[in-house]
Amino acid sequence: MKKEIFEPFNISDNNFEQCVKCTICTVYCPVLEVNPDYPGPKQSGPDGERLRLKDPNFFDESLKLCLNCKRCEVACPHGVKIGDIIQMARIKHSKKKPKVRDMILANTDIVGTMASTFAPIVNPIVALKPVRRIMDGVLKIDHNRIFPKYTGMRFETWYRKHAEKTQNDFKKHVSYFHGCYVNYNFPQLGKDLIKIMNAAGYGVHLLEKEKCCGVALISNGLIKQATKQAKHNVEAFKKSIVEKKMPVISTSSTCIFTIRDEYPHLLGVKNEEIRDESELATRFLFRLIDSGELKLVFKDSYKKRIAYHTPCHMEKLGWSIYSTTLLRMIPGIDFMSLESRCCGIAGTYGFKKENYETSQGVGKPLFDQIDNSGADFVSTDCETCKWQVEMSTTKKVEHPISILAEALDVEATMKLWQE
Amino acid sequence: MKFDNIIIGGGLSGLTCGIKLAEQGRKCAIVSSGQSAIHFFSGSFDLLSKVDGKEVKNPLEGMKSLASNHPYQRVGLENISRLVEEAPQLLVRAGLNFAGQADQNHYALTPMGVMKPTWLTIDDFSRFFHNDSFPWKKAAILNFSGFLDFHTLFVQDGLKKFGVETQVKNFAMKEFEAIRRNPSEMRSTNIAKVFDRGIIIDEFAEKVNELSKGFNVVILPSVFGLFNKNVTAEIRAKIDKPVVLVPAIPPSVPGIRSQILLRKRFEELGGTYFLGDNVEGGTIENNKLVAIQTNNHGDIKLEADQFILASGSFYSKGIVATREKLYEPILGLDIDGEVEDSEKWLDEKFFNDQPYMHYGVKTDKQFRAMMNGKPIENLYVAGSVLGGANALKEGSGAGISLLTSLHVAEQLLK
Ligand SMILES: Cc1cc2nc3c(=O)[nH]c(=O)nc-3n(C[C@H](O)[C@H](O)[C@H](O)COP(=O)(O)OP(=O)(O)OC[C@H]3O[C@@H](n4cnc5c(N)ncnc54)[C@H](O)[C@@H]3O)c2cc1C
Ligand code: SF4
Ligand code: SF4
Repeated sequence: MKKEIFEPFNISDNNFEQCVKCTICTVYCPVLEVNPDYPGPKQSGPDGERLRLKDPNFFDESLKLCLNCKRCEVACPHGVKIGDIIQMARIKHSKKKPKVRDMILANTDIVGTMASTFAPIVNPIVALKPVRRIMDGVLKIDHNRIFPKYTGMRFETWYRKHAEKTQNDFKKHVSYFHGCYVNYNFPQLGKDLIKIMNAAGYGVHLLEKEKCCGVALISNGLIKQATKQAKHNVEAFKKSIVEKKMPVISTSSTCIFTIRDEYPHLLGVKNEEIRDESELATRFLFRLIDSGELKLVFKDSYKKRIAYHTPCHMEKLGWSIYSTTLLRMIPGIDFMSLESRCCGIAGTYGFKKENYETSQGVGKPLFDQIDNSGADFVSTDCETCKWQVEMSTTKKVEHPISILAEALDVEATMKLWQE
Repeated sequence: MKFDNIIIGGGLSGLTCGIKLAEQGRKCAIVSSGQSAIHFFSGSFDLLSKVDGKEVKNPLEGMKSLASNHPYQRVGLENISRLVEEAPQLLVRAGLNFAGQADQNHYALTPMGVMKPTWLTIDDFSRFFHNDSFPWKKAAILNFSGFLDFHTLFVQDGLKKFGVETQVKNFAMKEFEAIRRNPSEMRSTNIAKVFDRGIIIDEFAEKVNELSKGFNVVILPSVFGLFNKNVTAEIRAKIDKPVVLVPAIPPSVPGIRSQILLRKRFEELGGTYFLGDNVEGGTIENNKLVAIQTNNHGDIKLEADQFILASGSFYSKGIVATREKLYEPILGLDIDGEVEDSEKWLDEKFFNDQPYMHYGVKTDKQFRAMMNGKPIENLYVAGSVLGGANALKEGSGAGISLLTSLHVAEQLLK
């Protein structure tokens, strides 16, 4: 038997052959629950793949309804990469060109640069009802969506002005992949991270030049651009990790997930040299504390009831334990865990008019839980979850790092390692 | 990350063991690479239904004639008679009500329309005490139009043998039109999710009452109460006639509910459940397992004083067979079975007792795993990853899982 005869039919990058058709994945798919137009993970993933390998015409545009939350993968007893099969099928077969809107939503760094430059103008404008109506009509960005605010001073600018000089005073160092959200929308989170890392004895540096991780480009089908940015980022990470021996940490679960797992798997961009040392700040801190290298001292005055929400990509990474363990260390925190469920926004997905209803339907059980939680606020590691929860519930959302920063007794913590 | 106990595998045995240990104040973690076999439960837990091909009336008696390496014999029949009382109580504390007795099997009606002897049946389902008759004369078998996972003809044929007059009626409801549009997803769990919302219960009950006029009993597929466990009772209360639920093709709604409630109980007791994470190896020092590595946690090892292996049988990859090799994939533990000679794994007659079904991880008397002929001091084994039984042939699957895991938990708590 000649191998090449079989290759085009039988070989898939993804392990759809492992599927035993148990349909467990469909039980846990949040989209299927609210939108019957979606064929569900088993049908869209392994079943559909079998057909698509024979004939790409079996591709179905309804695959776009998948949130890429990967909850199906977490549940699958046979380790089938269902979410990736679906994402890959969209990359390979979708004939629909990304719309202007999708390009706008996907290019978080270009849009971010413009919007933050004109933040005083942009913020009030996109908040205006008539403008939101126009965006709804022309761009099909749902008018109910509240846009995150853009900052007047980007994180990178703030860093160069106020933080850079002092970072070399420390003995140990890390690089920080801040991501678009911290840079253009919420620099405070970056400042909070620097506060904690400095207190822990680490200088924080920026990468030579980071680009958006590309998650929104991937989900909107702008694969060439995503691949280019991925290659750029891997090189930048290498400079830090391999050359300077500085691990890279981030505060965004989705960026880290994309860089660690989607780069090699979906974009074919190799990352072995940097993967293990690219991680979330909470995991980095956890490791130091767990191994006895670091102790954090907290103020007694911080008292809050906090409900933690596990973002989908944290569920997939299995890493929420690091964030929640750190939060539980704060003596004044009354901690509760929300049932792990998708909030429904999935990056740019929930901004699109055609998905708005599905998005809010998916999130409803979580919103109800949050509204009934009696918590002072919600904590989560994902920025888009934050937008979604703040828009759809009565509660504010704080990143675990920001909570730690507020509760931390910086001087007492520093004293412990300076002695 | 340090725990008192870490359990590998989050199926029935891992969860039972975890709950028992956590109830005693142990700090426990369960690592499970995916959802487990509980998702396929028929709704009945078997203790022992057959020995040497013959039906068993009294499982506790029947156990006496099992081979000496059978897990029940190794737990000890005296221990077993105590643990069979403990197991259902543990389930009740998790919010799962099962009824049945260990010294007298009852029967459950299967999707094939036959009466199967079993030990504990979840309160969704009816228990029967004869395998040749049915307490009702005229039964209405109702099904949702387009729902293909409930084979009404099998049930009808089965009931005919018991002398019951039946009629099959399919009916539609507006709320199910949406799921029906999707050809592959008119499945039990999707129907159950609609019922979970609570809005159609009244309308549904009315329909059932109308269609079952003139019958003594209503037979329905078991598609109620996935995330909202009260739905089944609510529906029963609104239907005038006695209702007999029959399992549909898996995944099973009561099974998934059981998994969810057991996990919830474990977590409420302070346990940590890592789902979707694969244990890839472990560090053994001086005959002790000190830590395990998992896919998600990488260089951050999970450490514990004692470990329990509850990784399931072939189906869950607790044991793996390739063409040449049969092995335990995490640590390469010793296997009780003819590992070297693949000729001996199979009996060529498909329906015969297959030798490989008896294979499992080898343990010492205290259920500690063996490696290179020596026990690992702090690694215990429970559930279907143990060898010595053909759970499928004997009808002993859940019993072995529940009882060996309770027994192992007792060893650990000593
Ligand atoms: C399809 C099916 C249906 C059944 N139905 C019934 C029934 O109705 N009644 C009955 O009495 N018995 C039934 N049985 C018998 C069944 O085997 C037992 O009842 C019981 O469910 C087994 O439980 P367990 O915990 O030992 O294993 P499992 O339920 O198989 O659980 C093992 C778990 O370990 C995990 N795991 C494996 N390897 C790793 C690893 N390396 N890292 C992390 N996790 C790992 C798996 O993902 C899985 O979740 C059925 C069995 C099967 C396969
Ligand atoms: S859960 Fe996994 S094995 Fe089961 S149907 Fe889905 S993809 Fe297939
Ligand atoms: S990734 Fe999420 S939305 Fe997509 S099929 Fe899987 S569970 Fe459903």
